[in-house]
Amino acid sequence: MGSGFLLRRIGYGLLLMLGVVVLNFLLIRLAPGDPAVVIAGEMGGATEEMLASIREEYGLNEPLLVQLGIYIGNVLRGDLGESFFFNQPVAHLIALRIGPTILLVVTAQLLSIFLGVLLGVLAARRPNGVMSAFVSVFATIGYAVPVFWTGIMLIILFASVLPVFPVEGMTSVRLRDAAWYVQWLDVAHHLVLPAFTLAIIYLAQYARLSRASMLEVLGSDYIRTARAKGARERTVLFRHALRNAALPILTVAGLQFGNLISGALLVETVFNWPGMGRLAFDSILRRDYPTIMGVLFFASAMVVIANILTDWSYRLADPRLRGRT
Amino acid sequence: MSDRTAAQVRAESPAREAWRMFRRNIPALAGLVILSAIVLATLYGSFFYSGDAFDIVWAPHEPPGVTAEFPLGTDYLGRDIVAGLLTGGGPTLAVGAAAAAITMVIGITLGALAGFFGGWVDNLLMRITEFFQVLPALLFAMVLVTLFSPSLWTIAIAIGVVSWPQTARLTRAEFLKIKELEYVTAARAIGARNGRIMWQVILPNAAPPLIVSATLTVGVAILFEAGLSFLGLGDPNVMSWGLMIGANREYILDAWWPVTFPGLAIFFTVFSVSLIGDGLNDAFNPKLRSR
Repeated sequence: MGSGFLLRRIGYGLLLMLGVVVLNFLLIRLAPGDPAVVIAGEMGGATEEMLASIREEYGLNEPLLVQLGIYIGNVLRGDLGESFFFNQPVAHLIALRIGPTILLVVTAQLLSIFLGVLLGVLAARRPNGVMSAFVSVFATIGYAVPVFWTGIMLIILFASVLPVFPVEGMTSVRLRDAAWYVQWLDVAHHLVLPAFTLAIIYLAQYARLSRASMLEVLGSDYIRTARAKGARERTVLFRHALRNAALPILTVAGLQFGNLISGALLVETVFNWPGMGRLAFDSILRRDYPTIMGVLFFASAMVVIANILTDWSYRLADPRLRGRT
Repeated sequence: MSDRTAAQVRAESPAREAWRMFRRNIPALAGLVILSAIVLATLYGSFFYSGDAFDIVWAPHEPPGVTAEFPLGTDYLGRDIVAGLLTGGGPTLAVGAAAAAITMVIGITLGALAGFFGGWVDNLLMRITEFFQVLPALLFAMVLVTLFSPSLWTIAIAIGVVSWPQTARLTRAEFLKIKELEYVTAARAIGARNGRIMWQVILPNAAPPLIVSATLTVGVAILFEAGLSFLGLGDPNVMSWGLMIGANREYILDAWWPVTFPGLAIFFTVFSVSLIGDGLNDAFNPKLRSR
């Protein structure tokens, strides 16, 4: 496959990110009130000198276009401003928290695709069987349950009734000095409930989607050919059918990534997971706008990257697309 | 269908036919019944069950089923949970419906313009759509609500502003398909203007998938509203199901009921809406029903 395709996708992604920067800039200016006060956070703690230094730094006394130029320049240099609540650069705050968010989101995404596809394939074997009915009901329920409420219900269950998984945070304090692999296992142990909570909604959707997609593919000629030549059922299902049925699932998985990040925001808040969602929530309550805008920027960047990876994996899965650019 | 002649079937209008299909769909009817019950309870419940959701009326954390006066118990402040459920549903449903309406208006307008005119209009509008799909919706809505002070209207508008891209894409696809059909050419031939063709010829024929999508959008918007008020970003002076869950979150290990019942209320509302949506989808696409 040509690298031209990838380069063009990355270029377009960068353009989208520039759009996010401009949007951030406009949002601060459109908000009611003095932008300097907005940036300093409406905690009443901003002194006149602080406001003056903000006006200086953001060039708030300059014309709007010059301000935009200064803002874009700052972002390009990795300067997303200063959090007046944490008294730290926003970029630093996010660097500390983006890892846990990526871990949570990617785990949930893989978990939901893997389990969802497995359920869907099993259901597609018998379109009117028990498994099919289960997938349909489960998908409708999974769609309707608020993700934060699932998390709370799981906390109640696992904190008191069945205490096998930790319900809060990402690490145990008592293992702070343990060997690295013990700490990794500890993080994985903490990850179970948040990742599963987040995965449930999408798991249900992927199960329904892959069932429908498999049913369509299973009716096609090449499946009949594969069966006629005596291929085993497992080979037919997973090698011949699933490869073709996977394309719509990939598309939806890519489109869902933004929603997954939105869901992670809620799940992180419920489980006290030390990621960007928690940071967004804390900074929104404190009206810490530079931090909020930084989180919006990085969360969007994650979606852009996920979209590029989806397009790329789409081409890996479908050889017919490889010749085209 | 066997007792009808072909001519009778053909004479039936699409809406009537869809309704006939819908009536036979038991899950969809169940959804309609559940949703009607919830809407009626939130509209008229306070006539039969007096009490303000914000009033402290009893000892905190009274379990459900112990005091006849408070059948579902009280929350961490001693507020009646039944009263909260009855008054908290209104804002949730209203914001959900308003947000879905805003979503549909933005999405249908932009999608129709893109699909109908094509060319640079399509290009521009689809780039804008892609841009909005990059922004994580809940986070963007949180930012909007915080910047423009939370009220029911800001919340509905924020949800609408972040959720329209999917509707726009769907509308565009329908318009692209329908604008090539003969009756559109015929309308053009008799001199109909673009506006008339778009809104009076194409849109009604694109209605079935859009109605289904509007139903599902209501469900998503309700979940959105619940998420925002759970985070404490709703209107603080208005009781809502999400707010009840958020307010009682810290005490879930002492009392499960103040968070469980509002969550069930949200679940049943969205569940019934999605059953209706699925039913409408089946009713409009009889070919798919065998799946």
